Amino acid sequence: MLGQLGEGAKFLAGGQSLIPLLKLRFANPEHLVDLNFIPGTSFIKEDAGGLRFGTLHFGAMTRHAEIEHSPLVRRIPLLHDCAAGIADVQVRNRGTIGGSLAEADPSGDWANALITLDTTVHCLGPGGARIVHLKDFIKDAFTTALAHDELVAEIEVKIPPKHSGGAYLAFKRSAPVYPSASAAVQLTLAGDVCQEAAIALGCVGLTAIRATQAETELRGKILNDETIATAAEAARSAADPQPDMRGSAEYKRQLVVALVKRAIQIAARRARGEEVEGTHLYA
Amino acid sequence: MPETGTAEKIACGFNINVNVNGKPYSRQIEPRMLLVEFLREACDLTGTHVGCDTTYCGACTVLMNGLAVKSCTMFAVQADGSEITTVEGLEKDGKLHPIQKAFGDSYGLQCGYCTPGLMLSAHQLLSQNPGPSEMEIRKAIAGNTCRCTGYMNIFKAIELAGRNMGGA
Repeated sequence: MLGQLGEGAKFLAGGQSLIPLLKLRFANPEHLVDLNFIPGTSFIKEDAGGLRFGTLHFGAMTRHAEIEHSPLVRRIPLLHDCAAGIADVQVRNRGTIGGSLAEADPSGDWANALITLDTTVHCLGPGGARIVHLKDFIKDAFTTALAHDELVAEIEVKIPPKHSGGAYLAFKRSAPVYPSASAAVQLTLAGDVCQEAAIALGCVGLTAIRATQAETELRGKILNDETIATAAEAARSAADPQPDMRGSAEYKRQLVVALVKRAIQIAARRARGEEVEGTHLYA
Repeated sequence: MPETGTAEKIACGFNINVNVNGKPYSRQIEPRMLLVEFLREACDLTGTHVGCDTTYCGACTVLMNGLAVKSCTMFAVQADGSEITTVEGLEKDGKLHPIQKAFGDSYGLQCGYCTPGLMLSAHQLLSQNPGPSEMEIRKAIAGNTCRCTGYMNIFKAIELAGRNMGGA
């Protein structure tokens, strides 16, 4: 249908970003195609996966609030952190995970949280379906691998192994605004040793940034104050923030260090089986 | 949903049927009309306020099928077939809703501009959790801005309303 309406047409998902953009005249589509009345596009399902690790499947139109309250999503606490902290209750009741990824706002929460997990995006268009890994899906700020007439149908996330834990922390000046910076951390432990680490930074670059040096600082090391501090310092250099009304570049780098440190600590406790409530931080 | 190539159809508007506060409203509207404009201008229900018009302040909060939404960030056509509750729908048979009464009793308002939105956010919270902690109240109304700085009394009002509605 979008193909028939031409280049001036756009899909409307939850509308919590697109409608404000329309009001500001930052977007001027000739037609909007509302996805809200299509049945079967909002769901959270678990695929046990037989001998392999299981996966969680999210319909593109699944609202943040549905993810926040889903007992299944408790399997991946990082995703619960992310969903429960996006903007405010009203926005979470409307906004969707698929819309967030398709918009690819560098300040959005989902891409940054999901990039630390094994995430694939199921895209659907007139030419059929295809599966794109999230790291190849997000191309640049507000730019994805989607063709004009293609949409996100489903997001598939591999459930991390048993001794793995994650956390997503965003710092916001108030609930409804975009975060000043955010950090997503997923760690897999073998005893006290960190076997695997994924660390991503949000709002401090054109896309979510994987802090690969920070990950290297943790991999194969015993997690203690010193190794955590070294990793957080490495994340400072990975951040590439712009100064804006949310703070100077230096301030945001400092914020990244603090968020990464705290997210590693929460992720490690969760990897050891502790229940830790974590959520976005407000000023 | 329009069929393809429907420029003429779009220009002449959509018919929508929305149940607002238990009363059916059938109106022909432009697809660009926001839900808050529909409520205020097409239904004459001006209790729902427009504050920031940028999805920030929550003054326009209404319930759609029981869930709080910002009515400035939805098109009215998207509410077709749904149940909307505005502040006008809280009062029943001339009696204030316990949330309204508690806002009055606790001095949970000053200028009153944010109050309808706050009461509807409180409504979603208390219908799911009648005995909320202060942190739960804070999170539930994080999307509602009060510029008279009256939050402390708003917390008290929501706690009181929860107790009066039978919560812990």
